[in-house]
Amino acid sequence: MLGKTAGSLFWMARYLERSENNARLIDAGFRIALTRSSTARSEWRSVLVTAGQDSYFRQAHGDDYMSQRVVDFMLRDPANPSSILSVVKRARDNARTARTYLTREVWEAVNTSWMTLGALLKRQVREDDLPDVLAAIRQNNALVRGAFSGTMLRNDGYNFARLGTFLERADNTARILDVKYYLLLPSVAHIGSSIDNVQWETILRSVSAHRAYHWLYGTEISALKIAEFLILYKQMPRSLAFCCDQMNDNLGLLQRAYGEETDAIRMGSSMCRERLSRPIGSIFDGGLHEFITDFLRANAALAQQIERDYRFVE
Amino acid sequence: MLRGKGWGIPFFDEMTGQASPGQGGEVRSPYRDYHDWFDREDAARIQRKAQQAEAFFRTTGITFNVYGEDEADERLIPFDVVPRIISAGEWRRLSRGIEQRVRALNAFLHDIYHRQEILRAGRVPVDLISRNEAFLPMMMGMDPPGGVYTHISGIDIVRTGPNEFYVLEDNARTPSGVSYMLENRETMLQMFPELFAKISVREVGDYPLNLLKSLSACAPPKCNGTPTVAVLTPGIHNSAYFEHSFIADQMGAELVEGHDLRVVDGRVAMRTTQGYTPIDVIYRRVDDDFLDPLNFRPDSMLGVPGIWDVYRAGGITIANAPGTGIADDKALYSYMPDIIEFYTGEKALLPNVPTWRCSDPDHLKEVLDRLPELVVKEVHGSGGYGMLVGPAASKKEVAAFRKKLEANPGNYIAQPTLSLSTVPIFTKAGLAPRHVDLRPFVLMSPQGITITPGGLTRVAMTKGSLVVNSSQGGGTKDTWVLED
Repeated sequence: MLGKTAGSLFWMARYLERSENNARLIDAGFRIALTRSSTARSEWRSVLVTAGQDSYFRQAHGDDYMSQRVVDFMLRDPANPSSILSVVKRARDNARTARTYLTREVWEAVNTSWMTLGALLKRQVREDDLPDVLAAIRQNNALVRGAFSGTMLRNDGYNFARLGTFLERADNTARILDVKYYLLLPSVAHIGSSIDNVQWETILRSVSAHRAYHWLYGTEISALKIAEFLILYKQMPRSLAFCCDQMNDNLGLLQRAYGEETDAIRMGSSMCRERLSRPIGSIFDGGLHEFITDFLRANAALAQQIERDYRFVE
Repeated sequence: MLRGKGWGIPFFDEMTGQASPGQGGEVRSPYRDYHDWFDREDAARIQRKAQQAEAFFRTTGITFNVYGEDEADERLIPFDVVPRIISAGEWRRLSRGIEQRVRALNAFLHDIYHRQEILRAGRVPVDLISRNEAFLPMMMGMDPPGGVYTHISGIDIVRTGPNEFYVLEDNARTPSGVSYMLENRETMLQMFPELFAKISVREVGDYPLNLLKSLSACAPPKCNGTPTVAVLTPGIHNSAYFEHSFIADQMGAELVEGHDLRVVDGRVAMRTTQGYTPIDVIYRRVDDDFLDPLNFRPDSMLGVPGIWDVYRAGGITIANAPGTGIADDKALYSYMPDIIEFYTGEKALLPNVPTWRCSDPDHLKEVLDRLPELVVKEVHGSGGYGMLVGPAASKKEVAAFRKKLEANPGNYIAQPTLSLSTVPIFTKAGLAPRHVDLRPFVLMSPQGITITPGGLTRVAMTKGSLVVNSSQGGGTKDTWVLED
């Protein structure tokens, strides 16, 4: 297949994943703003930092992190290149470029998603409509995912799209940890204090996993366990370990299809082996912040290597 | 014949044979079964289906971008649910005429890029070729693989009476619209399956496969094994991008842009995830000028540097062949009857619309005298831009056009305003006649000529309008050719 097409599939999947992650971050931020108005502004700021949009926000609006303004910025502000509206548009542009590699069902799902969200986000979303809009974003993504898994040939194109999904997801989970890591440090953890509980709930909500966490670990929320859950727990579909496994599976399939072991394949497997095959205690000992920073760097380097090895661009 | 003297003169309705449907005329036989069905059908149901069709076109992304407008503004070409129906006999006649014309065009192109016998014989003026922007001197003496110039052409046909068909123009450069022909049929099949059970309509869906076969049959000498075919598009911001991706998808061919390609070891190769792989046949949807920045326009980013040299050396087939666009020239069009006779030895089966060449002082005088009743077009124009429809224009518009015409007469041709036939469209108030034309799509390969039954019917959605171009608010219809 064309390198450009592989790149478009990869980026289409990344942008779709990003739109959903951002919707989830808005959801979590909104909930905190509702329940704890005193800390709302600093929470919104950390949401923007997590989504990598804080510098754009400051440029456009200074440091007035008003709930309504941040939500509108993250949803549809033209000054924000990562707004959900512009990310969905970019996903759709990539889908158009890769149109001949997509089934009609996948293309129509992506296109419909772009049309639906374009209509929903034409004007500022009222606060009481926000839950519906966020639900629509999730639903549209679910339709694309369903069409994708139900109709796409399991060939190289499929693998590139999956790589995009899991690279983006790993990046997102790591960023959430990065912004909130100080809460997870044992030295400042006031076990049982209600402020921290809300914060931790927020972390879990940002990855749609607060139910799963309680189901697994019971009612006790501890820093160590949350970190373990998000980093090492392989059954959790947004954990770093899960994403890494998926990336390596897809890289492995590419190796089999092309009969070539690329640098990206080597990087992918060492990324997981070196970083994720140790207990959570040892990660904490080495410094959680350092661990996350290093992981983010390795993940970004892997993305670049994939782009080079499979000739996305000249 | 021509009743083009002006507005308000009766036109031929293809359903009723009358000036408007339901005015006492008897339904013409090709439309009888459809009309019976329509009469019994609930109008509200058809209305609903028409709305569904629009939603279908939107989700499928069958849209086009209008240049100069907001990028996000992708428009739909209006689709009308009433088919345009052509009888088997009418189609037989038409297709014979079309085949003759395409054969002659191809022979003409070969001739003007080789011995130029038609110029020596004085049947076509030398100036018309040598001074023509679309003439490509670099093609002199070149033999395109398989001897084919016009792999894909679209011959625009209008009708003015029961037995009166005219060729309005020839499109041999990069005729577009075939995706609409295919999607219109697909839409009709989904909306009204019962109609197709009742009425035997000839298939159009094998076009993509025929195109692939036809292009593959023109593979260049350096091709090994099964030819690799690719469609070259300017990219997703091009107004016809949907069609480019649709055709590539339907053929199972790669859709490439200039930056996916480069010359490697004397072949044009595309950058795949595993390195560069040669391609054999390129169906390009970019103009000659943009093909090769080394040999044509240096500022073009759409083409492939060096593709021309590969072409010369037999390493790639370019479809349509470079230099083919001269056949679209509207001044040259006026010589088509002579051209057909010169190469086939037969009279043209399908007549031309009488055409005044404004470069000729006598013609120009007559055109200027009769300007308010004529249609005037630019010789290189397309898309319905830059033309004057005299009877529909205001005095002011005619006067402004007169100035343009006088300043540069060689740039224009004029034709009588034809009373184009009408076919009803579905409106809330029932059936209403609208003017139509027809673009059949013609494939040519060394193995022969294939014409898809029917083609694209374009319809002026505005009452009384004669301009059917989609860029000017025209719509489309499914076109049915009935089985014998």
